[in-house]
Amino acid sequence: MAEKVSKSETASEPVKIEPRVLPVVKPEPAPQANMPLLRIEDVGKKFGSFRAVDRVSLDIAAGEFFALLGPSGCGKTTLLRMLAGFETPDEGRILLGGRDIAQVLPHERPVNMMFQNYALFPHLNVRDNIAFGLRRAGMARAEINTRVAEMVALVKLDGLEKRKPDQLSGGQRQRVALARSLARRPQVLLLDEPLAALDKKLRESTQFELMELQRRLGMTFIIVTHDQDEAMTVASRIGVMAAGRLDQVATPRELYEAPLSRWIAEFIGEINLFEGQVETRGHDRIVVSSRDAGTLAVAEPRNPVTRTTVSVAVRPEKVKLSRRGPVADGAGNQAINRLEGVIADISYLGGLTVYKVRLDSGAFLRSSMANTARIDIDAYSLSQRVVAWFTPDDCLVLEQ
Amino acid sequence: MSARRIFARPARFAAIAPYVWMVLFFLVPFIFVLKISLSQTVIARPPYTPVFDFTAGWAAIEQALGALSIDNFRLLVSDDLYVLAYVRSLVVALISTSILLLIGYPIAYGMARLPKRWQPLAMMLVIVPFWTSFLIRIYAWINILQHDGLLNQLLLALHLVAQPVVWLSTDSAMYLGIVYSYLPFMILPLYATLTKMEPALEEAAADLGASPREVFWLVTFPLSLPGVGAGVLLCFIPIVGEFVIPDLLAGSNSLMIGQTLWLEFFNNKDWPVASATAIVLLVLLIAPLLLYDRLQRRQLEAK
Repeated sequence: MAEKVSKSETASEPVKIEPRVLPVVKPEPAPQANMPLLRIEDVGKKFGSFRAVDRVSLDIAAGEFFALLGPSGCGKTTLLRMLAGFETPDEGRILLGGRDIAQVLPHERPVNMMFQNYALFPHLNVRDNIAFGLRRAGMARAEINTRVAEMVALVKLDGLEKRKPDQLSGGQRQRVALARSLARRPQVLLLDEPLAALDKKLRESTQFELMELQRRLGMTFIIVTHDQDEAMTVASRIGVMAAGRLDQVATPRELYEAPLSRWIAEFIGEINLFEGQVETRGHDRIVVSSRDAGTLAVAEPRNPVTRTTVSVAVRPEKVKLSRRGPVADGAGNQAINRLEGVIADISYLGGLTVYKVRLDSGAFLRSSMANTARIDIDAYSLSQRVVAWFTPDDCLVLEQ
Repeated sequence: MSARRIFARPARFAAIAPYVWMVLFFLVPFIFVLKISLSQTVIARPPYTPVFDFTAGWAAIEQALGALSIDNFRLLVSDDLYVLAYVRSLVVALISTSILLLIGYPIAYGMARLPKRWQPLAMMLVIVPFWTSFLIRIYAWINILQHDGLLNQLLLALHLVAQPVVWLSTDSAMYLGIVYSYLPFMILPLYATLTKMEPALEEAAADLGASPREVFWLVTFPLSLPGVGAGVLLCFIPIVGEFVIPDLLAGSNSLMIGQTLWLEFFNNKDWPVASATAIVLLVLLIAPLLLYDRLQRRQLEAK
């Protein structure tokens, strides 16, 4: 893509998308004020006795880039397929612009989907693949030609219009799939693991292109992915799913810094967890005594803690290491959590170095440090005795 | 190439094996049949002349070559009996293949859409008739279709007809027998193609606004064409030369070319005309055979 930089500059003028209701869509009731574009209300789906989606409720506003994130089998794809119309919910409503579309057939929904393995029609060339949906909408020939040309330019496929899918690279196929699903200008674009088939480098650059495209078109995107990095990169909000339930809906930052459960904390990035009992509450602090890390002071969470057995969670990059302790490092706060141990393992990852510290209790603690200097004469070595420390604001209490 | 070198290079042997097979079991017999088709019938053993005697010297061979003629082929073209038999064979094959496609496609489509765990059972049900001899199955149809057969008994018992209906020795009975016998050959290649098709393709078409009918005609059917081609040719080619089914189930007023050939050979003892009949049949079938070959090659290349 690097060689096409000049092209993307010219293409970055906002593409005008007039809201257009496709002929197959019946007239809709006027949307109520404050109504989100898409409202999922208590939607459930069972396959036999297996609850694939368990009473999920979710509002998605127009123009959002929303990610459904979860491990495989968590129900995210089933939820997406219900939005596309390939599955019918057993219960609940799916309101799009105020109209319940739960029972509407796929070909009558103003929603399009980009499929995981693209599902390009192998017998049609790039042009006819992109024009497929436009022809079904009964669009005039001239208008189809204009729209296809516009889409081809949008995803930078110029010159490949006559190729069949098997004559394209993986990245080019991905673009055709994207152009085909965008061509009808759906009210919502659903993306089912759209980048899973690409290699890592291409995936990363494509993530940014997707974001740029979504901003430029001002369209609502819902992406399904099992890759937390991908969800964090592209989405403005993420819904984390597990076992058919939507466990947390939050911005990427909230999800990382304030996960609602141990499970989410561990699913998104790395985290140190220490289980313990709540000792005291008050003075905007909670004190937890744990077997592995002694007494820990934690900032009072937004929701009052009700249980006595909790977990204290701290991200590795919030854990600082020093040779003598935090006081010597100039932080004089009494409530700082100090843990002593020896360096048990060092992983150098380029931008970061991750130290695994064996605490005196025998438990392990991870600390990651950015390698801001090229030559670090002060680096820690294996078996070196260190003090690991973090402030009450650096950590949080998790009840589940 | 010596025997030792052949065994030392199994790969090379494997590469020439099909050609050895073709020469031994196709080309050589074909040359024999071609030679007989150019001979004249005589009451003798063998029942044709000339006979090549390679021990009698070059002059004798030259004389035998000179005695060959294309009279038998002239006869085939000039006599309505043969022309009509060829036309009838092609028409019967065309009609039967069309019926087979119309019946076989929905069955194959239904099988491919069954839940995965039911598909092996459906496949079994299609193949199960092969466990009984083909001839026995055709005789069973005679039993069902004859004057006091099961079908007429059932129709009479239900008071749908007052008199037994003549089923046997009609074209309908023949088509029934052909369609019944060849249905697996139509279903299996269609099923193989349809079951390989990615279900997401049909979903993508529906997602892009195609009605179920459009999904079928714009995506499913075009993508199943290789299977349609294979099924059609697998049925059409052998039906043209079919002998047993028309002989046992159809009436005797018009013959298919397989029956004509049989009569020439066994009743008239006219080996040369029978051979000429076979050669013409082969030439007629070469076109669809080549088509089938090209289709298969294209499918292989696509993979």
